[in-house]
Amino acid sequence: MSNLSPPEAHENSEHSAFLAHHFESHKQQFAAGKLGMWIFLLTEILLFGGVFCAYAVYRSNHPEIFEWAHRFLDKFLGAINTTVLIASSFTMAWAVRAAQKNQTRLCTVLLAVTLLGGCGFLGIKFVEYKSKWEEGLMVAHYFKPTPEALEHIKHLEADTAHLKSKPEEIPRNAGIFFSIYFCMTGLHGLHVIAGMSAIGWVLVRSAKGQFSSAYFGPVDYVGLYWHLVDLIWIYLFPLLYLIH
Amino acid sequence: MSHPNPHSSYVHVVPLWVLCAVFAALLVFTALTVAATWFDLGGWNLILAMAIATVKAALVALYFMHLRYDNPFNALVFVAALVFVALFISLTLLDTLQYQPDIRSWQQAHPAD
Repeated sequence: MSNLSPPEAHENSEHSAFLAHHFESHKQQFAAGKLGMWIFLLTEILLFGGVFCAYAVYRSNHPEIFEWAHRFLDKFLGAINTTVLIASSFTMAWAVRAAQKNQTRLCTVLLAVTLLGGCGFLGIKFVEYKSKWEEGLMVAHYFKPTPEALEHIKHLEADTAHLKSKPEEIPRNAGIFFSIYFCMTGLHGLHVIAGMSAIGWVLVRSAKGQFSSAYFGPVDYVGLYWHLVDLIWIYLFPLLYLIH
Repeated sequence: MSHPNPHSSYVHVVPLWVLCAVFAALLVFTALTVAATWFDLGGWNLILAMAIATVKAALVALYFMHLRYDNPFNALVFVAALVFVALFISLTLLDTLQYQPDIRSWQQAHPAD
């Protein structure tokens, strides 16, 4: 082992509890873990590809449904949620940096802030889902908007004067929009919950002081997952809320 | 990358100012994409919204996800996923657009109640 560079020799002599036997160094272990995470993210992108495909097919064939039905979504809440998710992505990226620099306490605090961001996102999403439920804006033929909901979109004219469709003329199969809305945001919401669970896991490990500049892989991998969740929302927001 | 001492990191650590600049840029682009809906650009509205989303996604992938500093093979995995999603969507669209006229004529023959 005399050909090892000093840092790697140093790592090996530590017999770190977090370096698996089959890896020569933390660096090699990290590179392998990161590639594994990217391959997992590839499968996630393909999974979301399915719902994006459904969106593309229905929007290209029935643009009038999307243009008419998107008025029921609250652009303001959508923009707030985008901001919350971007901010939590920022604190996550900062947490990875803190772990890489041995700033253990800062890393723990930033992971906690990221987790709070996830809670905020789900809280706002819950408010939105609840109002959709109360207004009868459900999937496919369960789409039965209440008179109040239909009345409400008539008063958005200042915002929607450019739209070709009239608020009072419900297009055929209008429920398709909410089928796709709930599939896309629902699948995304499940990923937010999964990401928050993973952040909770690295938060506990960070609080126990298990991460260092030599071993920070799990924070980085969880970060990649959380950024992917953010990245998908970056597309969902204009595709669902900002239809022109 | 050189190792000045055993406690330095073996990966590139993204400077804090870069993370802050990317965060600020993402907020500006979010405001822009909302503001873009106030203007009627016809078919260009969707293209502009997708272009802004793609710039935002690129910033997240390059800096927050470290792809700019990473082993290029990880970026290749990511791009491969996007290529296959694009193939998937475009081939499906080709097929469904093909039989739309049949659906339309059926709908005209069977008006909704």
